[in-house]
Amino acid sequence: MPKVTIDGEAIEVPAGITVLQACEIAGKEVPRFCYHERLSVAGNCRMCLVEMEKSPKPVASCAMPVAEGQVIKTDTPLVKKARNGVMEFLLINHPLDCPICDQGGECDLQDQAMAYGMDRGRYLENKRAVPDKEIGPLVKTIMTRCIHCTRCVRFSTEVAGTEELGAVFRGEHMEIDTYIEKALSSELSGNIVDLCPVGALTSKPYAFNARPWELRKTETIDAFDALGASIRVDARGPEVLRVLPRLNEGTNEEWIGDKTRHAIDGLRRQRLDRPYVRKDGKLQPASWGEALGAVAAKLKTTAPAKIAAIAGDMADCEAMAALKDLMAGLGSPNLDCRQDGAKLDPTQRAGWLFNTTVAGIEEADAILLIGTNPRWESPVLNARIRKRYRAGGVKIAAIGPQIDLTYKYEYLGAGPSSLADLLAGKISFAETLKAAKKPMLVLGQGALARADGAAVLALARKLADEFGFVVEGWNGFNVLHTAAARVGGLELGFVPQAFGRDVAGILDGAANGDIEFVYLLGADEFDTSRLGKAFVVYQGHHGDAGAARADVILPGSAFTEKNATYVNTEGRVQHARLAVFPPGEAKEDWKILRALSEQVGKKLPYDTLAQVRARLEAISPVFATRDVPQPGNWGAFGKEGPVDSSAFVSPIANYYMTDPISRVSETMAACTQTYLEARAGRTGTHG
Amino acid sequence: MAGNINQGAKALLLSELVSGMALTLKYFFKPKVTLNYPYEKGPISPRFRGEHALRRYASGEERCIACKLCEAVCPAQAITIEAEPRADGSRRTTRYDIDMTKCIYCGFCQEACPVDAIVEGPNFEFSTETREELMYNKDKLLSNGDRWETEIAHSLAADAPYR
Repeated sequence: MPKVTIDGEAIEVPAGITVLQACEIAGKEVPRFCYHERLSVAGNCRMCLVEMEKSPKPVASCAMPVAEGQVIKTDTPLVKKARNGVMEFLLINHPLDCPICDQGGECDLQDQAMAYGMDRGRYLENKRAVPDKEIGPLVKTIMTRCIHCTRCVRFSTEVAGTEELGAVFRGEHMEIDTYIEKALSSELSGNIVDLCPVGALTSKPYAFNARPWELRKTETIDAFDALGASIRVDARGPEVLRVLPRLNEGTNEEWIGDKTRHAIDGLRRQRLDRPYVRKDGKLQPASWGEALGAVAAKLKTTAPAKIAAIAGDMADCEAMAALKDLMAGLGSPNLDCRQDGAKLDPTQRAGWLFNTTVAGIEEADAILLIGTNPRWESPVLNARIRKRYRAGGVKIAAIGPQIDLTYKYEYLGAGPSSLADLLAGKISFAETLKAAKKPMLVLGQGALARADGAAVLALARKLADEFGFVVEGWNGFNVLHTAAARVGGLELGFVPQAFGRDVAGILDGAANGDIEFVYLLGADEFDTSRLGKAFVVYQGHHGDAGAARADVILPGSAFTEKNATYVNTEGRVQHARLAVFPPGEAKEDWKILRALSEQVGKKLPYDTLAQVRARLEAISPVFATRDVPQPGNWGAFGKEGPVDSSAFVSPIANYYMTDPISRVSETMAACTQTYLEARAGRTGTHG
Repeated sequence: MAGNINQGAKALLLSELVSGMALTLKYFFKPKVTLNYPYEKGPISPRFRGEHALRRYASGEERCIACKLCEAVCPAQAITIEAEPRADGSRRTTRYDIDMTKCIYCGFCQEACPVDAIVEGPNFEFSTETREELMYNKDKLLSNGDRWETEIAHSLAADAPYR
């Protein structure tokens, strides 16, 4: 622990950090552009100059390691003069176009120029101009504004793992470029907009939309994938205009995926903003009273065993609890939250959680991916695996789809047979797993949402048992979910009750007439044509597959429009907060179910959000916690049986369109066109 | 006693009445300061803050770049702006509304404007019969600019040395 003196104050700081970090610990603010905590040190902006005793010149604090007895000064006239000089040089070629720049109002350069800039320029020569680059539908470039901090280059190389950005030419002529024009292929590319300290990289869909000071900021969480990234939703009036990441070391650090960031324009389109009832084969607008009355009338005349409910991928825990209680009140055992048909065993919590925790990935020394494409199922989690990979000393292997995961891995095979071979020690990676002290496996939904899913789950558990994945203080068994609602649903026991039907059973029953009433709580991700002649009620926020088939539509709210609880894949209970009100007559989801229960005559015993949350806690004590992963006890789960040899297929065919919101988003449509259709060889002349 | 005599003399000779009438007569021959308002108008300063207008460049291109500084600085929150990229990629407003019933004519908007787009022109005669007519939109403001451009340009040029 070296002792350093910063501005006359002696402090002890951890060894191996930089002078800039030491200054931060001492509470001294050091201006910077190129330095970023999560990226490598570049030391090229020179804004962080400080004075150091026994050094003839000011030193760049971000690149200077601390050493015993250093005397640092951050507030001397020399430092001020040096920084003023750096700022003047930076502004030489920076266009003063703040009024038309989207970064205006939240720009590092603007802020620091207030502290270190001159009130006039001395540079009378022509400024440099740089041609703009076309790097895809998400990031807009105005390269004349670039100050060459190379944060974007370092991000794409280090965190995103797609080495696409670089700098060409030298000195004043330097340009950030992809060299050959191409769209950034990373699912994390939106983060370079946040990283850019100036307005050189800005968000294309958000271009010129709003100023930061106009926006109402709500700290909430993301529901597009099961990671539950911490986000900030910026809204103006009734519209959500943008989503930014929030710092959460446990889940997303400070990154979010492009779907989370940009699919929100789907919240404005194709919304269900009033109830509908199907009359004469057509959905007709109706009042809440009519719609609820129609549902209640049908419920009262249907035998409990013929009633079923399916919860969708973005359903919140409050609504699922209310629906479960309603179904219990009606006496129906047919309910399921696993609409993809994943054979998750609801009995053991450890059997469906990401037990290692996302932060725990950084401790693992062997990682086995089974039937998953983390790059699409949770790009931020994939970035965490890549972070672990870059730290070194880890062996990664995959069974399932063979794709570019942004890090090297050993490919072991495509299907369950490779898993069985690994278990039998026929594959050399078995030795690696045996030798590893903290091995972990990630079981994707691609391995579970299939006929032999339960057997695959059992196989994975056996692997975990035999290779020492679960030891004191370490649980290396992980299930990576794709839906924000799934873990919450399992936690609440939103699964078939005694003698109840699961999703496949409900659909079979609906097809052959055994099920006459199906309640879809935002469930769209299955073949709705299999619902047969059943009376279908769809409660949700978008007019998607489920709503098109429904007989009654009850308009609910999206995750940005309600105070709701979600549980992420680690079992971390998090609360989403209301950022904007639901459109039109749409209501919070649990309130709709509460109102319906009264119409049916099975009144649910809660009237306020606090009472619903108390009910959640009564169902599972996990809901009393907040933002802490809740580990489960290790035990037997899965059902041993024969596995077939077909390959594992990731459930996500298109990262940019996985749910009703992203399917109607224009930005996501542009991404699909750019990244998937272009890759499939389609060109502008097709169709 | 002497005071009473003095007062009596003044009252008898109607001296106060005469001095009053003399003043009236004096102003009768002096030049008039009142204006025959609708037909005559007084001079106004180049800094006069009257009705708002959005200006254009000589090329006909609108000046406003949707930076929203006027919206931000407006103490009465009378300005509402919405913007998006125009077809040619430039930053333009799709909506520029001023609620003239809220406006307090402080002139902060024109001071904040980096491109001299929003200005308070010399026109002060824009009363309307209905309240709705005072909710100005972008078309109204641009047409104001077109109508008053000569006067506005003159005022700006006259004030330029002092800015």
